[in-house]
Amino acid sequence: MYGKGILKGLGVTLKRFVNTYLEDIKWLGKRYYTAEGIAHRSSKNANGIFTIQYPEEKLPVPEEFRYIPFLVFDEGEDGAEIIRCTSCGICAKVCPPQCIWIVRSNDPKTGRPIPDPAEFVIDVDICMNCGLCAEYCPFDAIKMDHDYEIASYGRTVFDKEQLMKSATYYDEIRPINNSIEEAARKAKEEAKAAMAAARAEKAAKAAEEN
Amino acid sequence: MVTPAQAPTLDLVTRFPEGVVADEREGYEGYLVAADKLVEVATALRDEFGFDYLSSVSGVDYIAEEMLEVVYHAYKTIGGPGLVFKVQVARKKAEVPSLMDVYPGVDFQEREAWDLMGINFLGHPDLRRILLWEGFEGHPLRKDWKEAYYEADVKPFKSRWPEGNFFRSEEKATYQANVQYPDKFDPEKWVPEGEDALYGALAKYEDVDNTGLKTDHITINLGPQHPSTHGVFRIATILDGETIVSLKPVMGYLHRNHEKIGERNTYLQNMPFTDRLDYLSSMSNNFGYALAVEKLMNIEVPERAEYIRVIMAEMTRVQNHLFAIGMFLNDIGAFFTPSLYAIEERELVLDIFEIVSGSRMMCNYFRFGGLARDLPAGSLEMIKGLAFERLPRRVDEMDRFLSDNEILRSRCVGQGVLSAEDAIKYAAAGPMLRASGVPYDIRRADPYSIYDRFDFDVAVRYNGDIYDRYIIRMDEIRQSLRIIQQAVEQIPEGPIQTGKPQYQVRVPAGEAYGRVEGPKGELGFYVVSDGKPNPYRYHVRAPSFINLTAFGPMCTGLKIADVVAVLGSIDIVLGETDR
Repeated sequence: MYGKGILKGLGVTLKRFVNTYLEDIKWLGKRYYTAEGIAHRSSKNANGIFTIQYPEEKLPVPEEFRYIPFLVFDEGEDGAEIIRCTSCGICAKVCPPQCIWIVRSNDPKTGRPIPDPAEFVIDVDICMNCGLCAEYCPFDAIKMDHDYEIASYGRTVFDKEQLMKSATYYDEIRPINNSIEEAARKAKEEAKAAMAAARAEKAAKAAEEN
Repeated sequence: MVTPAQAPTLDLVTRFPEGVVADEREGYEGYLVAADKLVEVATALRDEFGFDYLSSVSGVDYIAEEMLEVVYHAYKTIGGPGLVFKVQVARKKAEVPSLMDVYPGVDFQEREAWDLMGINFLGHPDLRRILLWEGFEGHPLRKDWKEAYYEADVKPFKSRWPEGNFFRSEEKATYQANVQYPDKFDPEKWVPEGEDALYGALAKYEDVDNTGLKTDHITINLGPQHPSTHGVFRIATILDGETIVSLKPVMGYLHRNHEKIGERNTYLQNMPFTDRLDYLSSMSNNFGYALAVEKLMNIEVPERAEYIRVIMAEMTRVQNHLFAIGMFLNDIGAFFTPSLYAIEERELVLDIFEIVSGSRMMCNYFRFGGLARDLPAGSLEMIKGLAFERLPRRVDEMDRFLSDNEILRSRCVGQGVLSAEDAIKYAAAGPMLRASGVPYDIRRADPYSIYDRFDFDVAVRYNGDIYDRYIIRMDEIRQSLRIIQQAVEQIPEGPIQTGKPQYQVRVPAGEAYGRVEGPKGELGFYVVSDGKPNPYRYHVRAPSFINLTAFGPMCTGLKIADVVAVLGSIDIVLGETDR
C-alpha cells in the first residue's frame, strides 16, 4: 500500500511524543531540575524528551573534561600561596598553538634563574584546550579546568594572578587524578628520602672508618 | 584487462627497464618514474598489474636537492597492500604529465598540488587554484614560502620561554598587514578573473533552436552561503532549463593550510590539529595520524590500547553515520525530526568520548605508541550499555522511521547514480564506493591495527544511487556495533602506552603512509621525516575532498533540486574538504 512507510514512520514519532508524557507521569515531577532526573535523561535509559534546560539545569562534567588550563598552588600554613610551577617551560614547548608565555625569574643576588615564574600568561583565545600542557607537566603544576562559562566581549588573556587556583580546588574537580598523583609524589619523596638516608648512612660509615 | 589472479608479479623495473628505478633512499619505498614515462607506467599499472584505484597524489618539496617530488599511492580494489610511485622534477621547471586520462580521480588532487606546491600538471584540462583564491601569490607549501605573520620555521617558538614577554598576535600581524599580495597588486581594484575561468571550465551545451525561440545558458551558483552545504561551499552549475549540464564545486573558504601548520608543528603538536580536520570524527583522524607516525617510528602498540582504539574508531563511525543520516534527511526536506533523533543517540556516544578523552569533539586521545589515558572506571560499562542495548534498538527504530518512507524513496531511488566503474575511476572512498557495489573496506582489504581479529561484514550495496548511499550507513552502523560488541568482550587488561609518555618523539628519517577506513572513506596521512623534531612533509588524503571529484559527473543530467540530495549523500565536512 502506498503511504504505508509514511504511516510507519509517523507511528515512531507518535510513540516518542507519548513517551515523554508517560515518563513525566512515572517520575511525578522529579524528572526536571533534579540531579537524578538529569542523570537519567542523559543515560542509555532515557526515553522521550531528553534535553537539558541550560542554564537552569546543567549537565555535570566528567572528571576528565578539559577546558582552559590553570596553575595549581599549594596552601602554606599562613595562607601563603606556594606555586608548584618551576618555570621549566615544558608546557610552553609542548603547546600546539603556542599560547603559553613564561618569563623566568632570576635570583636578585646571584642573577641565576630560580624555579619560580615571574610572569605566566595564557592567551585563552588562542588556546585549543588540547590538554597537552597538563599531560606533560612533570610537577603537576598546570591542570585543565572545568569552568566553561568564561565567555566575554573582549579579548581574554589570563595572567599569573588569574590562572592561580588552589590544590583544594583541583582536588574538588579531579579527585581520582589528584589521589593518583599525590600517591606518586609521596612515593617519589619517600624514595628520595630513603636514598638520602642511605647516602647519609654510607657517609657516616665512611667517616667512622676513617 | 588481465584479471588480478593472473596479473604478473609486480616488478616495474623489469617491465620498464628504462624510466623506472626502485626508490633506494633510506626509509623510502616504491619506485621512481621518469616524468616522460609516467602516463605509460600508470596505464600499465592500471591495466596489467591491477592497480585500478589511485588513492592519493601529493607533492614534496626537497629544497636542498632542488627538486619537487610527486608521490602517488595506488591500490587494487580487490585488496592487498598498495604501491607507491614517484616522479621527481626540477624545482624551477616543475612540470609533470597529468594522469587525468588514466585515473580521472586525480582531478582535484592535481589541482591542489598545483595550488599549494606549484607543480604544473601538463594536460590537465582545468588546472586552476582550488583551495586558495586567484589573487594569491606563490605556492605556500614550498619550503621557501613564508606567511605574513611568520615567526619561525618550526615550533616551539623561542619567544615563548624563558623570556616570554607576551604580545597579542594581532599586534604583530595587524589588519591589512597580515596578507601578502603580488607586486603592484591593489585588492581594491582587482577584478576577479577567476570567475571567468571557473565558468569557462563548465561544459556548455549546444543550442538546438528548432522552435524559433531564443535559448541561453543559465549559470547558477549555489552557495557559498547555502544551508545544504553544511558550511561555506559553493557549487557553480550550468543549466539547460532545470537540468544540470555541468557542475563544479568551488571550495577553500575554510582553508587554513593545515599541512603548512603541520610542518611547523612537532609530531605531537599535530595530534590536536588532526581533530579539526573532520571535526565530527576526530578519533578516526587521530588514528590515521598515529598509524603513520608509528610506522615511521617502528613502534608497537600495547594490546589494550589497540582494543580501545578500535572501540573508539567504531564509535566514531556510528556517531558520524548517525549525524550524516540526520543531516541528509534535513537536506532533502525532512526538517529536524530525523536529525534530532539521530543527534540524541550521537550525544550518548559523545558522552563516552568526553568521559574518556575529556572532550566531546576535539578528542586528542591517541598518542604515538598508545593512548593519552586508560578508560576511566565505569566507562566500559557505559560502552557496553550502548553497544548491546541502546544503539541496536535505536538504529532499528531509525530504520523503521525512515527507510520505507515513500517520499524519501521517491526522492532517492535511482537518482544520482554512480556506477562501480565510475566510483573506482573517480577515487571515491568509503560508503560512497561501497554503495556503488565495490566491497572495498580498508579494515578488510589491508587490515591495520587489530581489525583482522573481528568478525564483521563489509557493507555493500549495488545500485549506487542516493538511497543506497543512505541505507549503507545504516548497515555500517550495525557492523560497527558488532565490532564494538566483540571488542568490549575481548579487551584485556594491561598498559596503554609503549614506553614512557614523551612530548618530543624521535622519528627516524623516511616516509610513511598511514591510512584508516574513516567514516567518510580512506583517510590517509603521508608523513616524511628528515629526523628532526618536526615532520618535513605532512599531507592529508582527505576523503571529503576527494569524494567530491565524482560530484559533478553524478549530478550531470539531474534536476537542480536533486543536487542538494546528492551532496547530502556524499557526506562532506568542510573542515576536512578545505583543510
